[in-house]
Amino acid sequence: MATLMTERKRSALTRGRLPKYTPYVIALSAVVIAAALMSLIGFHVFGWAVLSAVLFVIGNVTAAGVVEGRRKATDKFATSLVYGAFLVALLPLISVIWTVLVNGVPGLLTPGFLSTSMNGVTGAVDNASVKDGTPVVGGVYHALMGSVMITLWATLISVPVGLLTAIYLVEYSAGNTFSKVITFLVDVMTGIPSIVAGLFAAAFFAMILGPGTKTGFVAAVALSVLMIPVVVRSSEEMLKIVPNELREAAYALGVRKWRTILKVVIPTAISGIASGVTLAIARVIGETAPLLVTAGFATTINMNVFSGWMASLPTFIYTQIMTPTSPSNADPSTQRAWAAALLLIILVMLLNLGARLVARLFAPKTGR
Amino acid sequence: MSTTKLARRAGTGRTGDKVFSGAALGAGALIVAVLFAVALFLVVQALPTFSAPAADITGGEGFFTYIFPIVIGTLIAATIALLIATPIGIAVALFISHYAPRKLARGLGYVVDLLAAIPSVVYGAWGASFLASQLKVPYQWLAENMGWIPLFAGPASSTGKTILTAGIVLAVMVLPIIASLTREIFLQAPMLHQEAALALGATRWEMIRMAVLPFARGGIISAVMLGLGRALGETMAVALVLSSGPLIASLIRSGNQTIAAEIALDFPEAFGLRMHELIAAGLVLFLITLAVNMVARWIINRHKEFSGAN
Repeated sequence: MATLMTERKRSALTRGRLPKYTPYVIALSAVVIAAALMSLIGFHVFGWAVLSAVLFVIGNVTAAGVVEGRRKATDKFATSLVYGAFLVALLPLISVIWTVLVNGVPGLLTPGFLSTSMNGVTGAVDNASVKDGTPVVGGVYHALMGSVMITLWATLISVPVGLLTAIYLVEYSAGNTFSKVITFLVDVMTGIPSIVAGLFAAAFFAMILGPGTKTGFVAAVALSVLMIPVVVRSSEEMLKIVPNELREAAYALGVRKWRTILKVVIPTAISGIASGVTLAIARVIGETAPLLVTAGFATTINMNVFSGWMASLPTFIYTQIMTPTSPSNADPSTQRAWAAALLLIILVMLLNLGARLVARLFAPKTGR
Repeated sequence: MSTTKLARRAGTGRTGDKVFSGAALGAGALIVAVLFAVALFLVVQALPTFSAPAADITGGEGFFTYIFPIVIGTLIAATIALLIATPIGIAVALFISHYAPRKLARGLGYVVDLLAAIPSVVYGAWGASFLASQLKVPYQWLAENMGWIPLFAGPASSTGKTILTAGIVLAVMVLPIIASLTREIFLQAPMLHQEAALALGATRWEMIRMAVLPFARGGIISAVMLGLGRALGETMAVALVLSSGPLIASLIRSGNQTIAAEIALDFPEAFGLRMHELIAAGLVLFLITLAVNMVARWIINRHKEFSGAN
């Protein structure tokens, strides 16, 4: 009688299904078994995690296969793969940020790192600081200023061109052939390898001003080639979602088209445009390859983009790693490189955050 | 009196209109001109390479013998990157669009996008200093146990700075592109089809296979192509991670080189014919990525017309 009661309690809908606590039980046993196996061949945290995960998936899928049938087992297996892939994708992110933090913080906290340049810092200075155990001398001021100047000029070139092009595409072209050509070429430009953009600027200025011309402005032109398509795409999307009623209302009041665009359309879309521009800046400030072939390397402060080689944060990192200031004692250079990398990541993250903030703060008021 | 005033004011407005529309048109034309200029200047600056005697080219046997190994190296690195990044990227996109709890999905999407925000030189530094040293032991194992496959022929590199490491770093950089593009496509998959599949008793995976993946096929292909374009042109990761050398089949020994890394490493010191040679190499890279991107865009546009039916 008692057995019959329990049979009845289980409804037809839940029969042949694993109880809800099964995955937890399997997970626990997988972790324990993995720990036992790992202790046999030498314990390693990473190996333990991987082994537990594999055991968990096998256990879970087998249990589902036995009790619930093959279809459910396949589903469980696919779910595990998808979750696993996401965790795998997080590994490099965590690893990169951890590596940069661990290696970069000491250098970034060294006094003078942000306010001095590499002027006068030679291999002998580095050797001495390693030998005497004194703090590492030299900093990134020149590179930081170089990055800011080059990016500023690139922005000054890209934003008017990109924004005007977007205005042409949305407001004037009315979908003609020329606008289709532009849209297609902007898409193609998005895919230009950054080093090719650098080569283009280098080749262009080599033809005008003679071979070997390397200045901050050449670098700014190279970065503009990368930045313009991003600005065009994001501004175009933003201008497109401005409601047509606003334009029509302005026309009905007798406002000219250019004043409508300047006073009605752009102010409505400004939050999206500004955040798009900020994201574009975040994208190009970390570009290394084009600067390598256009701006050269410098160890001193150069605030003039029109003459002389110019340092920048990415090329600073690159040169400090590839050609340490003191070949026999690379540690000070490595420390400076990681500190600069940390600074660069902080800058890029701030720009990304700023873009989201701008988008929220300047969002058009909905009237309620 | 008032009519002339009106007429004058209207006149100034018309000038403004003309100037503004002219400027907008000019900016659009400038973009077209810039892209043609990129192609033109690369060709003009590359020309001396093709007219120079074969013996003067690096390697001494003409431009083709010089460029061939690094084109193959570029393709190898990009292939490794795509083989790793495509399955993971699609799975990550599925996770965010169909598996993750709704409230978390947006935030997790941002986290994956963060991967794209990290500058390439930082990835290069990470790959060279951290990843390469971590991979030494696995490479040793591969060389000992799988050495009979030409791809894993030993002796394994003692620094871990091989084309496989470079390919893995490239995969990390391509992953967010593939993940975010395919995520958009998955989110657009028609909800009615998905609900119908679930209502007929399909499991979640069967629903995805029947209602989401077929819809997204074109989008996935184009996302992978765009990722390929990025992997082909990526410079710093390879320049910092790979200790380059002549073309070899083994992925776990130092050797091989990619076009972009070759340019980045040699251009700063190059002059004369060597400079023209590197620009010619850049032209080849430009043409390859251009072809890849155009095919990707073509697939996207074709797909757009079909998806409108839903």
